[in-house]
Amino acid sequence: MKYLNIAAAKPKVGVFSLTCCEGCALQLANKEETLAAFLSAVDVVNFREISSDKSDDYAIALIEGSISREDEVASLKAIRDRAKVLVAYGTCACFGGVNRLKNVLDFDWMNREVYGETPKATSPVRPVREVVPVDFEIPGCPVSKAEVERIVTHLVLGLPFAYPVYPVCVECKQRFTVCRFDLGELCLGPITRAGCNAPCPAGGLGCWGCRGPAEAPNYEEFLELARSRGIGDAELRERLSFFGGFDSAYELAQDEPLAVRPVA
Amino acid sequence: MSKKITVDVHHLARVEGHGDIRIRIESGKLIDAAWEVVETPRFFEAMLVGKHYSTAPVLTARICGICSIGHALASLRGIENALGVAIPDTAAKLRLLAKHGETLQSHFLHLFFLAAPDFLGLPSVLPLLSTRPAVVALAAKAKGIANHLCDAVAGRTTHPVSFKVGGMSVAPDKAILAGLKNELAEIPELLKITVEIFQGFEIPDFARETEFVSLKGQKEYPWIGGRVVSSDGVDLPESSYREITNEFVTENNTSKWSKLSRDSYAVGALARFNNNFKHLAPAAKSIADFFRLSPVSHNPFMHNIARLVEVVHCLAEARRLVDELLDTDLSRNLAAEVTPRAGSGTGAVEVPRGILFHHYELDDTGRIAKADCVIPTTQNNANIHYDLVELARQCAARGLGDKKIELMCSMLVRAYDPCISCSVH
Ligand code: SF4
Ligand code: SF4
Ligand code: SF4
Repeated sequence: MKYLNIAAAKPKVGVFSLTCCEGCALQLANKEETLAAFLSAVDVVNFREISSDKSDDYAIALIEGSISREDEVASLKAIRDRAKVLVAYGTCACFGGVNRLKNVLDFDWMNREVYGETPKATSPVRPVREVVPVDFEIPGCPVSKAEVERIVTHLVLGLPFAYPVYPVCVECKQRFTVCRFDLGELCLGPITRAGCNAPCPAGGLGCWGCRGPAEAPNYEEFLELARSRGIGDAELRERLSFFGGFDSAYELAQDEPLAVRPVA
Repeated sequence: MSKKITVDVHHLARVEGHGDIRIRIESGKLIDAAWEVVETPRFFEAMLVGKHYSTAPVLTARICGICSIGHALASLRGIENALGVAIPDTAAKLRLLAKHGETLQSHFLHLFFLAAPDFLGLPSVLPLLSTRPAVVALAAKAKGIANHLCDAVAGRTTHPVSFKVGGMSVAPDKAILAGLKNELAEIPELLKITVEIFQGFEIPDFARETEFVSLKGQKEYPWIGGRVVSSDGVDLPESSYREITNEFVTENNTSKWSKLSRDSYAVGALARFNNNFKHLAPAAKSIADFFRLSPVSHNPFMHNIARLVEVVHCLAEARRLVDELLDTDLSRNLAAEVTPRAGSGTGAVEVPRGILFHHYELDDTGRIAKADCVIPTTQNNANIHYDLVELARQCAARGLGDKKIELMCSMLVRAYDPCISCSVH
């Protein structure tokens, strides 16, 4: 790829999966309009999902998934030692993702529920930054390929990249989506960082907060808004704990709403 | 000759998730061969307990990045069966269209990006970027059109956002459907070239008799719900999934294993093909004929050809569905009324890698009391293992070298397109 006719250095990239659905890595093979250009801007030297080539010489490591078993700690540390830039790639890597929902369970019960009398090794789920230093985080469940392309272009050209500071609501309004709150439903758009172009409110699901908090979110005000629309704290807690990025808001959502319960 | 051969593939490449192949051969005799799944478990079934039913399709989509639409659909169907809800016809058509989008994108991904490199003697599709850019462009284009189908109907390719318990939240604009119609019309031309490429591939000649399990087509090739059938004569409703899958835990695997009438059974494109050949579109049948694939085929490498056959079939069905939806009023009748009640229900869906079951028990407030998900690759793991043992035995008897054995056995596992993180979940 050339920019102003100067060929940029092709960084060597490794893509690695810890505990997750591998949906974030899959996004790298999406967006056919730009796939060839994208793949020619970087040199993919280690990406088990699509290649049996395996090199330990890479400058950038993309880590998808969270840490949920002790053997993953050693693999992650080895990758950290080799990579110049380590990127936590996707919500599982940035916040623990849905995997973290198991952390509040009784591990013996949980193991029996799934494996009966043959329990399997497992540990509490941690995001990447709790195990090794992280240089850059790309949230999203899954990550947005368009955003990944913007970030990679910035990295390759050596330009600084910044995420939007505003919440998902801004992008949602730009799409003219009917607000989920006006339909009596819950949406985490007001407290979640934009950049995804708000697909979930538009699809009718509402935002579940996969990208983590926007800059300086006002949780008290958000909870008041949700409660005033008749949404109970039990539902709020289920939503706020879903992807693992809203621990402090979760702590605040401990009361069921009292008298405020207008008909939606 | 007392030559020792060891094959030790740690974390097999070009499959989803983490699995190992171990083989030991001494003096041309197989001592040991194993397929072991070492993926970290995520405990989805335990996480689901206590959650509201509306959370289940959103959460279980995250079991798998490739077949998230299929998981959401199995989850929705299980819950709708528990609640006694029948979804409107239009919603059923939209869901099936999204399902075809997913099958197409997954099959294209596997055929071009995961399977083809073996036949071309390459580590991945990446070297083709400079040597045969037209092939990569073709693969990307075909997969891209399939992704557009998912985006338009499910709201996103990975982790759908437009489904809800009772039906669909939104329907795509007619203008977008009309655009899809044009895009889908481009695929047959792309498929001609794909067939030419695959024609040059040498499919290994290997067979091991096994049982094939899939949904049973009544009038059409089956994708969502209904009866389950096996090539050994089992025929049961989807709600009897436990009698069919008989999951059990083994020592060295984080994925469970399954068996029905024999020690193992197979699910996936080849199982669907073997059990439902007569329901395939004529164009799909002629592709099967062209590649000399006919039911019942016991060659696991033929999964690749069965995928190609299904691509042709799904494409024909997707085009028909788009036409029907263009003639339907999409502004109403997207979802049925839903009221919480206690009950249990099962949903079976044919996802790209085979039949998937979700089962839920709900309490009267709409909370999940118990959840169970039985994944296609979980059902295939035992079959992959026994195939591997047999293939390694034959390779040993033929005196093949370690590199060749490693390649053959890796290709065998890849032929199932295992989705390992999904199988462990
Ligand atoms: S963040 Fe979401 S899409 Fe990405 S790997 Fe985790 S579960 Fe999958
Ligand atoms: S639907 Fe959600 S994201 Fe959109 S405006 Fe309303 S609260 Fe904000
Ligand atoms: S709308 Fe919310 S849940 Fe959806 S992608 Fe954006 S941040 Fe994630």
